[in-house]
Amino acid sequence: MKYSYYPGCTLKTKAKDLDLYARKCAEALGAELEEVDEWQCCGGVYTTAQDEIATKLSSVRALTCARDRGQALVTVCSACHNVIKRVNNDMAESEYVRTRVNNYMQPENPYKGETKVIHYLEFLRDEVGFDNIKKAVVNPVKRRIAAYYGCLLLRPGSVMAMDNPENPKILENFITAIGGTPVVSPYRNECCGAYLTLTDSAAPEKRSGLIVDSCEKKGAEMIITACPLCLYNLKKNGGDKLPIVYFTEILAEALGIK
Amino acid sequence: MTDLQKQIENIKRISGANPEKCMRCGKCTAACPNYSEMEYHPHQFVYFIENGQLDRLLKSDSAFRCMTCFACVERCPRDVKPAKLIEAVRLTLIRRKDSNYLKPDEIPQKIDEDLPQQAIVSAFRKYTK
Ligand code: SF4
Ligand code: SF4
Repeated sequence: MKYSYYPGCTLKTKAKDLDLYARKCAEALGAELEEVDEWQCCGGVYTTAQDEIATKLSSVRALTCARDRGQALVTVCSACHNVIKRVNNDMAESEYVRTRVNNYMQPENPYKGETKVIHYLEFLRDEVGFDNIKKAVVNPVKRRIAAYYGCLLLRPGSVMAMDNPENPKILENFITAIGGTPVVSPYRNECCGAYLTLTDSAAPEKRSGLIVDSCEKKGAEMIITACPLCLYNLKKNGGDKLPIVYFTEILAEALGIK
Repeated sequence: MTDLQKQIENIKRISGANPEKCMRCGKCTAACPNYSEMEYHPHQFVYFIENGQLDRLLKSDSAFRCMTCFACVERCPRDVKPAKLIEAVRLTLIRRKDSNYLKPDEIPQKIDEDLPQQAIVSAFRKYTK
């Protein structure tokens, strides 16, 4: 099966392992990820104001490319996923946004939110199936792993619709499928401090410190995440207590690719 | 209509949020991971916009302390969407001439070699126009 794939700029630079192992694992699982043509940066964060049109255009370009190819669009970075999925929702639901974006871009075939946007974790759960992943594992990870969701994968729950935003299971089920033991921290869906790392580093110091401490106290040996900024904040502010890696790295290890 | 009233109407329009639905339960502030660093808390954004006290919010830097984590939106029992009101206040501030909260010259001293590009583009999107 072929999918359109949106890597995003951080995955081409500081988060190369998130991208590299996403591609390798997809191939091993029998799927083909075709990069979107001439994609541009999603902007990192979604702007919620409805009159913010320009900040939504790069996402619409990627979405239109996938639609024209007749493919679903797979994302892997939590931030890109949040931005693209929310813009897609605006294009489907908000006439105000849809009209202005199409008037500006003048595509041959106006875009109306037709593309199905799926995060790589949803690709694993819903397209491949965790049962099939379990069968493909050659090197069970056998570690106690805490899943850190952060905010972007889950909220707003009504639009992201990946899982229950307050009590998610997808990453824990992923950990079980690759042979690990999930460790649940109450901070797994609380913010790491995000972009405040550039303007007020006290916030990520406090928030990320709490998250890593909590995972350690619950007995985790490792933390996994899908977001490069979460990874950065947790590593920078959590000390060297626990290794913090991308979920695609640990998947590659389990599939015997890494 | 005074300028302040016009700004309030604009904030309600671009946010798509209705502060009048708020029942002042304070759950948004209780859910906010950064409320302790804010002069005005999420429920006060809602209250001040509803009651014509936007000037207080515009004089404070509280809007820049919000991390857009959407915990307040997810957990509000009345679907008021406080984060959308806060974003509209932030936009009201940075859309003014020469009012960027983060300047490009400040970036070089703030970055280290591990900082993801995502952090820089996100901060620019939230703090500058
Ligand atoms: S959670 Fe909602 S209803 Fe409660 S104070 Fe905040 S905005 Fe108002
Ligand atoms: S979106 Fe902003 S105001 Fe709302 S809980 Fe998160 S940091 Fe607090």
